[in-house]
Amino acid sequence: MKEEVLFTIDTPYRPALQVRAWRFGNPEGKSLAVMGALRGNEIQQMYICGQLIRAMKVAEAAGQLAPDCGILVIPCANQFSMNVGRRFWAADNTDINRMFPGYDQGETTQRIAARIFAALEGYRYGVHLTSFYLPGDHLPHVRMMETGYQHLEEAAAFGLPYIVLRTPRSYDTTTLNYNWQIWNTQAFSLYSTSTDCIDEAAARLAVESILRFLAVKGLLHRQYFPAAGEPRILRESELHNVLSHAGGLMINRRRPGDMVEQDELLGEILNPCTGQMLEQLRAGCRGRVFFCRRAQLINGHEVACRILPEERL
Amino acid sequence: MVQEVLRLPLAVDEELTIRKNRVGSGKKRLCVVTGTHGDELEGQYVVWRLNRLLQQNPGHLQGTVDLYPAMNPLGISTMTRGIPLCDLDMNRTFPGSEDGSMSEYIAARLVADLQGADCVIDIHASNIYLREIPQVRINVNTAQTLVPMARCLNMDFIWVHAAATVLESTLAYSLNALDTPTLVVEMGVGNRLTRAYGEQLLAGILNLMAALGMWTGPVTPPREPIISTDHHVSFVNSPCPGIFIPGAEHTARVAKGEPLGLVADPLTGEILQTLRSPSDGLLFTLREYPVVYEGSLIARILDENTDGKGEAAL
Repeated sequence: MKEEVLFTIDTPYRPALQVRAWRFGNPEGKSLAVMGALRGNEIQQMYICGQLIRAMKVAEAAGQLAPDCGILVIPCANQFSMNVGRRFWAADNTDINRMFPGYDQGETTQRIAARIFAALEGYRYGVHLTSFYLPGDHLPHVRMMETGYQHLEEAAAFGLPYIVLRTPRSYDTTTLNYNWQIWNTQAFSLYSTSTDCIDEAAARLAVESILRFLAVKGLLHRQYFPAAGEPRILRESELHNVLSHAGGLMINRRRPGDMVEQDELLGEILNPCTGQMLEQLRAGCRGRVFFCRRAQLINGHEVACRILPEERL
Repeated sequence: MVQEVLRLPLAVDEELTIRKNRVGSGKKRLCVVTGTHGDELEGQYVVWRLNRLLQQNPGHLQGTVDLYPAMNPLGISTMTRGIPLCDLDMNRTFPGSEDGSMSEYIAARLVADLQGADCVIDIHASNIYLREIPQVRINVNTAQTLVPMARCLNMDFIWVHAAATVLESTLAYSLNALDTPTLVVEMGVGNRLTRAYGEQLLAGILNLMAALGMWTGPVTPPREPIISTDHHVSFVNSPCPGIFIPGAEHTARVAKGEPLGLVADPLTGEILQTLRSPSDGLLFTLREYPVVYEGSLIARILDENTDGKGEAAL
């Protein structure tokens, strides 16, 4: 294991931002790079990287890495925002994950993205532990952008039950995942359940899935359990959004992973002052709850849940 | 007549309403929108002035003018650039989706309301960091249609910029793609009103309305704008953190090598860098907010030695 400072960015009133990385295995090898928190609230994503670093240290000491295997892990590139409780770059509220591939002569977050991308470029595989823009919990899954360069079958090696294919929209073209793929890295966004709080079980699953991926690819000599079944590959557009109509307090009655029948109760929206029920949120189809909004307050016309319709056999 | 464009319930005893004021009547329609970014207020003055002027001169108005002062009312009311709660840049959510989350739904409804206008003017005010001269920004792919309209607007500068995929999620791109000509105005600085710029644009809007056959009142001939492409603009970014102390006037003509300002360290008293102009030209963007980081944009300079090439290429 080798710890290094990839780059620093000086700041006027605080110590320099140091972006640190941990390398394992062959220093010449560029097998897998793992990017953790690019945003200041991605606590779970940083925690997963920390746990992965612990596991990789043990695997390396046990001689389990393949001779040509080289791994890079960057747990956090945005402590500047994390330490002051901000999601985006705290000086100008820009999102580093909307700045890729970056520009080293541009604005601050463009430069940060460029330096991160310089470190991440050239790897055969890339995993970005990232978060959704809506506050809520997901079923763990691997997500890929449909860039024309994606190989969905590679994602099965994580052993996670769902692989989501997203048709990129214009604003996706500046994300790490999209640019990694364009620059010839097989890029996967790995979504854990939570973002700004630690879910240990989900973090263990994420670490295990990355180790499993390495083992399947012959990069890590380690036993792994066979996946429970073939992963379900779906387009993001297959998910049914359950929208709120009322605003109020949202009480969840179901959690991600729950199977629900059509019209089954998913949650209730209550008048915040009187407690009177304003709306019952019901499943529009039979399927599995894929995403649940976690914020207790909800406005009208918000995505409260997303349901993965039952697969038709 | 004040009309509601949309109304959505908020969580606790409040509703989000987006409203417009429809002045006049008739088939021809001009829309003036602003307040997409909650920290950009220059458009508030323009909409207020235009509103009063049209209401006081109904005989000169031949058509419908829709005024939208607050596309993002939650952002304006909380001095927040994006949409509060989800912290999304509203101008990266277009054309939106009727079935999407609240921000996407709002975007879709606004596009539906604006679509079909003879012209939409989308007024922005830079941000809190940079001061801009009055300008119109146009995607090169729509330049042929929009530059003649932009010339009417009495702005100092028309910046015809390269197409970028990420900008396809802006209001202007979405409306132009729907054959609704939309001009993006940038002027002034965030969180402030610059009355002179507001009056300049007001005169320009009347000119454009006259050109569209919507205004028969008096107009003043628009100033001749400089028209440029990306290739004629130089950028100056700070090489280090500190405080920026300007040394040149915004809108000045500067010579290559001329100091634009200093980056200084208040703790040590040191001058960390003297920033100089990379070319002869017009200082059309200048940093307003003093705290800078490595990479912070300090200035943009329009290289006047190459001026004209961009226009010829249109």
